[in-house]
Formats: sequence, structure tokens, C-alpha cells
Amino acid sequence: MTGNLTLALLTGLLYTVGTYLLLQRTLTRVVIGLGLLGHGANLLLLQAGGPPGRAPFSGAAGTAGDGVADPLPQAMVLTAIVITFGVSAFLLALAYRSWVLTGDDEVQDDVEDARIARQRPDRHAHAHPEELS
Amino acid sequence: MSTRVLLPLPVVLPLLTAGLSIVLARYQRLQRLLSVLVLTSVVVIAGLLLHTADTSGPAVVQLGGWVAPIGISLVADRLSALLLLVSATVLLAVLLYAIGQGVADGRRSPLAVFHPCYLVLAAGISMAFLTGDLFNLFVAFEVMLVASYVLITLDGGAAQVRAGMTYVVVSLLASVLFVTAIGLVYAATGTVNMADAAERLQDVPDGVRLVLGLVLLVVFGIKAAVFPLFSWLPDSYPTAPSPVTAVFAGLLTKVGVYAILRTQTLLFPDSEVISQVLLVLAVLTMVVGILGALVQDDLKRLLSFTIVSHIGYMLLGLGLASKAGLAGAILYTVHHIVVQTTLFLVAGLVERRGGTSSLRLSGGLQHVAPLLAVLYLLPALSLAGIPPLSGFLAKLGLLQAGVADGGVLAMVAVAAAVATSLLTLYAVGRAWSEVFWGPVADVVADPDRSDSVDVGTARTPRLMVGAAALAVVGGLAITVVAGPLYGLSARAADDLVTPSRYVEAVLR
Repeated sequence: MTGNLTLALLTGLLYTVGTYLLLQRTLTRVVIGLGLLGHGANLLLLQAGGPPGRAPFSGAAGTAGDGVADPLPQAMVLTAIVITFGVSAFLLALAYRSWVLTGDDEVQDDVEDARIARQRPDRHAHAHPEELS
Repeated sequence: MSTRVLLPLPVVLPLLTAGLSIVLARYQRLQRLLSVLVLTSVVVIAGLLLHTADTSGPAVVQLGGWVAPIGISLVADRLSALLLLVSATVLLAVLLYAIGQGVADGRRSPLAVFHPCYLVLAAGISMAFLTGDLFNLFVAFEVMLVASYVLITLDGGAAQVRAGMTYVVVSLLASVLFVTAIGLVYAATGTVNMADAAERLQDVPDGVRLVLGLVLLVVFGIKAAVFPLFSWLPDSYPTAPSPVTAVFAGLLTKVGVYAILRTQTLLFPDSEVISQVLLVLAVLTMVVGILGALVQDDLKRLLSFTIVSHIGYMLLGLGLASKAGLAGAILYTVHHIVVQTTLFLVAGLVERRGGTSSLRLSGGLQHVAPLLAVLYLLPALSLAGIPPLSGFLAKLGLLQAGVADGGVLAMVAVAAAVATSLLTLYAVGRAWSEVFWGPVADVVADPDRSDSVDVGTARTPRLMVGAAALAVVGGLAITVVAGPLYGLSARAADDLVTPSRYVEAVLR
């Protein structure tokens, strides 16, 4: 199977940036990171359909079968895009709700981590002052 | 009339009713009635499908009349139909419990959203069990997850949003990986129909096949909360309303386990490496999960860790890759769905009655609510594997399969399974003595409580107790019918070790 180097590199780049953003503490970046990862996955799926550059469905050459692009990955990518879109909207609403409730765009501390941190006051001189009390 | 006609109904009926339910949001009685009716009919349909699958082989429907590798196939073989039946029954019991809770707490705005979302969740779970198409499985997961996102953040409080955020982000990452895996499978085989892919994957080089198997294992491992990928579960489940937590605990992780069972046996059979990986993961999941449960103070968090731990048993059965191992894994899945759901339902009742789910703050509940003590004790002992309850029988099946395997790793896993079983007994026993024994604790508000939904009302409506009791009786019924059920599991396992039957049924 011949591939397209530009598309392959772009997919890799999207995965890389997406993963990096996903690991940030700011919720906005997490949401954007997931969006980029989703795009990367969709591009990958599209490339699975065969060599790019052909017209969708019927090729310009007019030869039956040979010039036809595989429509299945395109259909699947469309479905995946719609799903990602819906879930991203929900995620944005949730991030907004979190911002309304906490006044902060950061991912909240894990409950257990916070509890353990409270039990060891001597070990966290670097923690926020309100947690020390 | 052939039962094949019934095959799409477990998906279609709840979905259509979900739409109707939104329209009828103002008429809450009608909404409840509709949900109960639909889930009851799904139970009946699942029973018929199981009967058909057991007597005359897998039932297959090609959606839209497109022939197999092109269209989407729905398949109900023994494993799918059995899990469909169990999950539909559990969904119905939890629905009754939720209705009892909703009625008791009066008119609440989230309740109007609850019924449609719950039905969408039911449709997603049914579709995940029935589909024979990898991309359709992705869609089923998404349908199920989107409904679960709404349900887990139903209250919209700070704790729910924090927990929901973790849950949504982790699930979304798993979905992205799933799309990646589908892309890779399609690139390698040119098909997403699982039966077709099973045939074509045989021509794929071993290394590529191994990578595909491992990527899918990671994807479903996140959903099933397998060892390194489980930390989202105990953080997100306990904050949701009790019926929601109960149904998530019982079903969502098991859908992941089902997906692992299906893909690994059908697409990647006889892979030594994956079997070894599964056994190692099984040991780690069991041990790490139960060690987490031991140190918890919150009853719901403790139970969440036992979910993680007991997923390990199912992986153990799959990792053995023998007929007996798979039969044990299937029986264990059935047992665990029922028992874990029941425990969360009872935990919800305990929280209502005692005013807190903290072990430290509660006590003496057996004097106040003796029935509740019995309802907790039976599934708890079953989870720990005390004879003659269902947990013992399922574990016995797995341990016998492990010993029969005889390999070093299998023996280690058997030892870990026994140790985990003991530690589970300790964990649920500690919860028992803290919550039910001792002097009666004053109902004090938990200072850092996570669940603001139903805490401290001290009223336990009859319907809630009735639904929980029904679930407990269901768990006991597994013991009574254990013989035939194990027979059925063994036949289902036989289907799994000969994937050609599935392929034949779908493609020809």
C-alpha cells in the first residue's frame, strides 16, 4: 500500500500535540488536546482506506473499479466526527460548569491525594497555604 | 415466526422510547411506566434470544439486508444473549430502585432527564453485546458513554463535575484510541466486520496482529478498569446517585470485559503473548484493586475498588485460554454483574438510613435496620466467595481451570485469586462491622461528603428496599441454577474456543 508522507507526518503531529495538551492542567487545553487527538485518529482512519489522491467514489479516469476510492472509511470518519463533536460540546459545557463552580480553569486535585496530603502536613511545605490548615 | 426478527429490538425499543420519554417529560408517571414496560420487554426478548442461541445456534441479522462483510451484522450467540439477559434484568431492577428513590424524594428536575438517558444507556449496552461489527461496537460504546456522561453529572454539583471531568476525559481518550485501533485493523484487513476480520487476520503477519490485539486490549482495558488503567473508576463512580453508580458498577465495566472476551477469542485466538499478558494483568488487577479497597473509609469507594479487583478474575479465565477458563470467566461475569450491582444498591440504602457512607462515622445499623444488614451480608459474602453462594461457585470454576492449566504463571494467578478472595472477605467484613455492629451512631452530617443526593433523609421507601431485595434474591438464584448456568457457560466457552462457528453463522 502506498502512503502519503504529508498525511502520515500530519497525523503524527496531531497525536503528539494532542497528547501534550491532554497532559496539561488547564481544562481548556485538555479539551483542545482531545479535539486534536480526535482529528489525528480520523486522519489515520481515512488513510486506512487506501492511497489518497483519488476522487471520492468514481475516479476521473472513468475505469470501473480501479479509480474508485473506498467510501467506507469516509463514512466511518463522518460518524466519528459527529460523535466527537457532540462529546466535545458536552465536555465544554462541563468545563464551563467547573469554572462557574470553582472559579478556576484547572483540573481539581484528586480527592484521595488531597486527603493523604492533609494527613502529612510535614511533607508539603510547597503546597497551597489553605491546604495546610 | 423466527426469533431473528427480535434481534434488533433490544436496541431499537429503548432508543425509540427514549425519544418518546423526552416528549413526555411533563408526565412523569407515564415516563416511568414506559421505561418499566420497555425494559421488561427487553428482558423477555433477551430470554427468547438466549433460548434460540442455545438450541439452534447463533441468530444473525444483516441490517438493511446488506450481505455480511458490507452491512452491519447483529449476532446473538450464547455469550451475547446470556449477558444481554443478565444486563436487561439488572437494568430493570435498578430502574425500579431509582423510581422508588425518585418518588420518595419528590419532584426533582433531573428526573425528567434520567429516564431518557437511562433508556439510551440500555440501548447502548444491548448494542455492544449484539453487534458483530467493530465500528458499530465503537458507536455502541459511544451511545452508552454519552448517556453515562449525563447520568454521572446528573446533579451538577462540584464533586460531580470534578468526578465527571475525569470520567469524560478518560473515556474520550479511550474512544480516540478505539478509532485508531479500528483504522489500523481496517488498514491491515480492509474490513470492520468481526467475522470477516477474523478470517482475514490469519493472513496478516504475526507482529502486526499482535500489535492490533494489544491496542484493542488497551482500549477495552480502559473501559473494563484493568490494572494500570483503572484509577479513574474509584474516583468517578461514588459521586453519582446510587442507582446510577449501581448500574455503572454492574454493567459498564462488564461491557469492556465482554469486548475483550469477544475480540481476543474471535480476532486473535491462540496468541501466547496476549494470554501471558492477560494473566499478568489479572494478577496485578486483583491484588492492587483489593489493596486499594482495604484502606478506604467510604463504603462506595471501597466497593468501587472491589469492582477493579474482581475484573481480574475474569481476565484470569480469559488468560488461561482454555474452555474451562472461559466458562469460569463467563459465569464469573454473570455473578459479578448481579452481586456488584446489588451491593451498590444496598450501599445506597445504607447511606440513606444511616445518613453517611463513611465507615468511621456510621455504626450499629443492625439495631435500626436489621433487614438492611441481611441484604448487605448476602451479596458481600457472595462477593468474597463463601460457599454455597454464587461467588464461590464461579471462583471454584476459575481455580479448577487454573490448576488444570498447570503453568507457573497460572499457578501464581490461582494463588493471587485465593489471596484476593480472602482480602475481599476482610474488606467487606470490615465494612460490615463498622456499619452494622457497634453502638448506634448519631446521624451526623458527613463533613466532606461527596453525595448530596440522598444522604441523611433516613427514609427508605419500600420500592427501593424491594428492588434491592429482588437483586439479592437474583444473586441467590444464581446459586440455585448454578448447574445449568455453568453448563450454558461451558457451551458458550466452547463457541468461543471454536471461532469458526461464529464466522460461519455470520458470513454464510
